[in-house]
Amino acid sequence: MELSRKKRLSSLLFVVLVLLAALFLVPILIVFLNSFKTKFSIMGSPFKLPTKETFAGFENYVSGVKSAGIAGAFGRSLFITVLSVLVLALLTSMTAWYLVRVKSAVSRLLYNTFLFSMIVPFQMVMYTMTFVVTKLKFNNPVGIIFVYLGFGAGLSVFMLSGFVKSIPLELEEAAEIDGCNPVQKFFMIVFPILKPTAITVTILNAMWIWNDYLLPYLILGTGNKTLPVAIQIAMQGAYGAVNWGGFMAMLVLAILPIIVFYLFCQRYIIEGVIAGAVKG
Amino acid sequence: MLPTLAAFAAFFIVPFIMGIYLSFNKFTTVSNAEWIGFGNYAKAFSNSDFLRALGFTSLFTVVSVITVNLFAFLLALALTSAVRGKNVFRTIFFMPNLIGGIVLGYIWNLIINGVLANFGVDISYSAKYGFWGLVVLTNWQLIGYMMVIYIAGLQNIPRDLHEAAEIDGATRFQTLKNVTVPMLMSSITICTFLTLTNSFKLFDQNLALTAGAPARKTAMLALDIYNTFYGRAGWQGVGQAKAVIFFLIVALIAFAQLKITSSREVES
Repeated sequence: MELSRKKRLSSLLFVVLVLLAALFLVPILIVFLNSFKTKFSIMGSPFKLPTKETFAGFENYVSGVKSAGIAGAFGRSLFITVLSVLVLALLTSMTAWYLVRVKSAVSRLLYNTFLFSMIVPFQMVMYTMTFVVTKLKFNNPVGIIFVYLGFGAGLSVFMLSGFVKSIPLELEEAAEIDGCNPVQKFFMIVFPILKPTAITVTILNAMWIWNDYLLPYLILGTGNKTLPVAIQIAMQGAYGAVNWGGFMAMLVLAILPIIVFYLFCQRYIIEGVIAGAVKG
Repeated sequence: MLPTLAAFAAFFIVPFIMGIYLSFNKFTTVSNAEWIGFGNYAKAFSNSDFLRALGFTSLFTVVSVITVNLFAFLLALALTSAVRGKNVFRTIFFMPNLIGGIVLGYIWNLIINGVLANFGVDISYSAKYGFWGLVVLTNWQLIGYMMVIYIAGLQNIPRDLHEAAEIDGATRFQTLKNVTVPMLMSSITICTFLTLTNSFKLFDQNLALTAGAPARKTAMLALDIYNTFYGRAGWQGVGQAKAVIFFLIVALIAFAQLKITSSREVES
């Protein structure tokens, strides 16, 4: 009796969860379906499935990619994201290691400044940062990687430091006795141990940089637009003459890579979220 | 090591200090700054757009924090019970979190306008639509993320605590109230903090969903600061002053949260 009640409750819960899951998926599905509809059949009736008359095939993808320079923006976003996260992972690992191992007033101050930077909202520094970046001529797709290094350093150093502390000092001392110089010691001992945390940090950074809008917009402007910037411009710059079909195709192109990325390394992403939350 | 410090100093520390300095200046480009004391702050606090944005953002943050955490917690409870397909559900609920703010904003812009079209209006018709649109969007985005943190917290609660409660004859609700929630306090603190700061600092979603329409009534603080900087000639100093105030509020929230957390840790 008791058991069957539990079973019934659990299947009721299952049904509710299925409905909720559908609710969560529908918005993504709507964009996907609309990207295959002709551009005049999207606004006003976004919930209708494509019919024989409104089905557009891949026409939107062709027109969207052509008109807004999306291919270039896609490549640029990929370039900036990949290089930034690699640079961040490597250089902030070194920084974290240095700050933990060298105990001085300066290293403590630096560490606290990194922590502090995590709570400063972007709007606080966006104007002056743009000024500095332009002055130093870092306002190009390569320079922005170093801007991301500066902005991402806070969280990355923080998470990696927590892990460096747990590396036994004996390991490093043993390496030293075996004749390792500091560079060898870092690459042969410290970095391999840091790898799991470095992967977590890399994933968090990748999600941030791929989706970031305001920073690349301010620094690179519309000339070197990234994918989020291109999407915003396609919408706002068109003054009413939005090519809705092409726009839907752009949204799909922005969403698809992360979803695929997510389905492949879901475990790391979820672990990263938990680790980031517990430490932050 | 050195490149990190150089980048951090050039793109964060220097702009931060310049920002504080410039908030006391009148300027149109950084090089023509002229000291005016607290003039910008006076202007910021008497600026109706700023005050309205502050009110709108605060209300939005309160509503979002409550709804996101409540739903995320309930989902986490459901997904740690004996239900089928947990991993598939977790995967789906988390998914919206991966999508960037600009894209999220336009997805919901399309959907909400599609619904409102049946009534002959769109999202810019009333600030109410924009407000609830942002709440729905934020819930859709953050619930999965917070759910994951709650699930991790729930799985960390020792099983024998629940068994002990059951032996003592506690009802489900009593167990939830007296065992689960207290044991989950650290997850609750983290999730509250994350939703609080995320909602308070919202920008991309706001820009894409409503861009402040109608008549800047749905512009949140970050968007209002942006508009002051780049939309109003001669008001850059006021924009910077607003940004400093914004920073101080966020810092205050973070600091208060830290204090509450650490006082709880002492107790346990």
